[in-house]
Amino acid sequence: MQVDSPNFKAKADAALADPHLREALGKTRIMFVNKRAELAAALPEFERLRDEARDRKNHILAHLDHYLERFDEAVTRAGGQVHWCADAAEARQVILDICQRVGAKSITKGKSMVSEEIGLNDALEAEGYRVLETDLGEYIIQLAHEPPSHIIAPAAHKTREQVADLFHAAHGGERKTSVAELVTEARLVLRDEYFKADVGITGGNFLVAETGSTVIVTNEGNGDLTQILARVHIVTSGIERIVPTLEDVSLFLRILARSATGQETETYTTFSTGPRRPGDPDGPEEFHVVLVDNGRSGMLGGPFQDMLRCIRCGACMNHCPVYGAVGGHAYGWVYPGPMGAVLTPLFAGLDVTTDLPNACTLNGRCQSVCPVRIPLPELLRELRHQQHQRNLRPPAERRALAAWRFVAERPRLYQFTNRLAARAIKGLAGDTGRLHSLPFAEGWTAFRDLPAPEGRTFLELWQARHPGAR
Amino acid sequence: MADSRDTILARIRSGLGRGPLPASASAALDARPTHTRIAFDDDLVERFVARFCSRAGTVGRIASLSDVPAAVEAYREAHALPGRAAVARPLADLPWPAGLVRHEGPAGKDELLSVTACLAAIAETGSILLASGPDSPTTLNFVPDHHVVVLQANQLVPDFEAAWTRLRALPGGMPRTANIVSGPSRTGDVGLTLQLGAHGPRSVHVLLVGGDG
Repeated sequence: MQVDSPNFKAKADAALADPHLREALGKTRIMFVNKRAELAAALPEFERLRDEARDRKNHILAHLDHYLERFDEAVTRAGGQVHWCADAAEARQVILDICQRVGAKSITKGKSMVSEEIGLNDALEAEGYRVLETDLGEYIIQLAHEPPSHIIAPAAHKTREQVADLFHAAHGGERKTSVAELVTEARLVLRDEYFKADVGITGGNFLVAETGSTVIVTNEGNGDLTQILARVHIVTSGIERIVPTLEDVSLFLRILARSATGQETETYTTFSTGPRRPGDPDGPEEFHVVLVDNGRSGMLGGPFQDMLRCIRCGACMNHCPVYGAVGGHAYGWVYPGPMGAVLTPLFAGLDVTTDLPNACTLNGRCQSVCPVRIPLPELLRELRHQQHQRNLRPPAERRALAAWRFVAERPRLYQFTNRLAARAIKGLAGDTGRLHSLPFAEGWTAFRDLPAPEGRTFLELWQARHPGAR
Repeated sequence: MADSRDTILARIRSGLGRGPLPASASAALDARPTHTRIAFDDDLVERFVARFCSRAGTVGRIASLSDVPAAVEAYREAHALPGRAAVARPLADLPWPAGLVRHEGPAGKDELLSVTACLAAIAETGSILLASGPDSPTTLNFVPDHHVVVLQANQLVPDFEAAWTRLRALPGGMPRTANIVSGPSRTGDVGLTLQLGAHGPRSVHVLLVGGDG
């Protein structure tokens, strides 16, 4: 999919003025944040599991080549085929070739963020295939011709009324408005499609090296119907989703659902190992795993390797105040929120994503809930650093930083200018103690007042209260 | 795609700053790790039932396998379902009433009721483990509106790790499809409001056989 991150500011402005989005985003908090907190508090082992998950992921990444080769061997043993794809174009071509070879017409899809990442739907539709998303959220945004706005709740930005309009336009008949009626309508529409599909494409939450199994973790059951009823099952997954053994699946299952949706477990966890076997009454005749690198291997050994631990739970965006204000579309690609603000520049280039690492308040909430303890604020800071080094920041900002550095490296000058500024701003604010506008900070004061300092600096107060101390 | 395989492996090794691992490293890398499990001392049956029912699953207790047909008939009548069911082969020899039209699957598009066995149940999360095979079509677990699962009390295991042992002990090892089912299908995708019966079964009913019920 096209990267539209250069328009972050304009999209964020539009998002802030959209009342439907405000309503939808408000619910995300209630739906996910509170439930996660309850479950984390109820499980004494939770913090230890997060440590183990972080350490195990680090071990896997340090031996990624070994586990990927093991996985390939095991899939092949089970009668399936692994397709190693260096980039998005190769992954699209592999899937197009499979669809052509088996004479596919209709393709159903379970939710897969990697398929969004590689722009699969557009490529398939351009070749004349009928592609139908079956995850309810993905189905909704497919009808709306929009990208997902959340990695586990793709239609989190749509209100019930907006879904009612979309379904009415697509399905005809009487306009349904209750959630139960809308879900039933989609269930009945999609039911026929599973049985008609030639190819079913799903994602993979985990790839198990020991058994050659791919694992999906879902609530709706659409991914299962997609893969069990189509003639050919194709799994799209990133190379970093590998785990060595079934024991590792248990480790990650224990943190995934709790972090993602605030459930002890999602409704369905499904292991797929090869195609239909002799005597099996159902199941796909072919089983393919499209293993996508697309820039991931380049993150190994560098400052962003920690990001490869990500298990795509969405907790970081659920807890991010910026995501909570502007929603997922402002980020301009398939991965939004804190994890997207790290991944998008790495996948799409620092030059077209300069706003993303800066649209962060460094409050650290994402890191505090990340089940695999990815230091997201540090990674975002590193991206800012690289932007600066590569001259990608505006000249005014560079000059301001240079000026600040000049002063900050001279303690006496620094203290003097701080004292001056504290008194000047206090004077400007007058009796109210608040500033309605401030030169060079209009972006801040356009929406809120700036509380003025008390007139003395921290250092002055410290010295006054701790005479003799340094 | 031999080329891309080599390319990706080379990139990984280059990033990690080393060459291929020696074959002697394999055994240690492939060893099964011991991760933290969730400690609980609840009775397995009680924990399973409480957890499974907390996600809108339902459980009926019966004394023996021969009680299954009567329990299914009662379920069918309570939900006003027609006299037809997909009954998996391992349950075919039970004393089913003549009036119930049965087939062994796979499930058709308009299937309303299936009755299946299972491989195990996991008390930790209150979940059923189903393994595909000639006698257990996976479509029976997902297509019908109502899925009745026969669980024998001695199939209950404490946690995921014990369930993996059951999977590995199957004659062919890992089955083609293994499903952990923790209740009826659900979605939060419309208006972020929880709704049951999204695509899979609207109702999953466990008939728990034995276990001092």
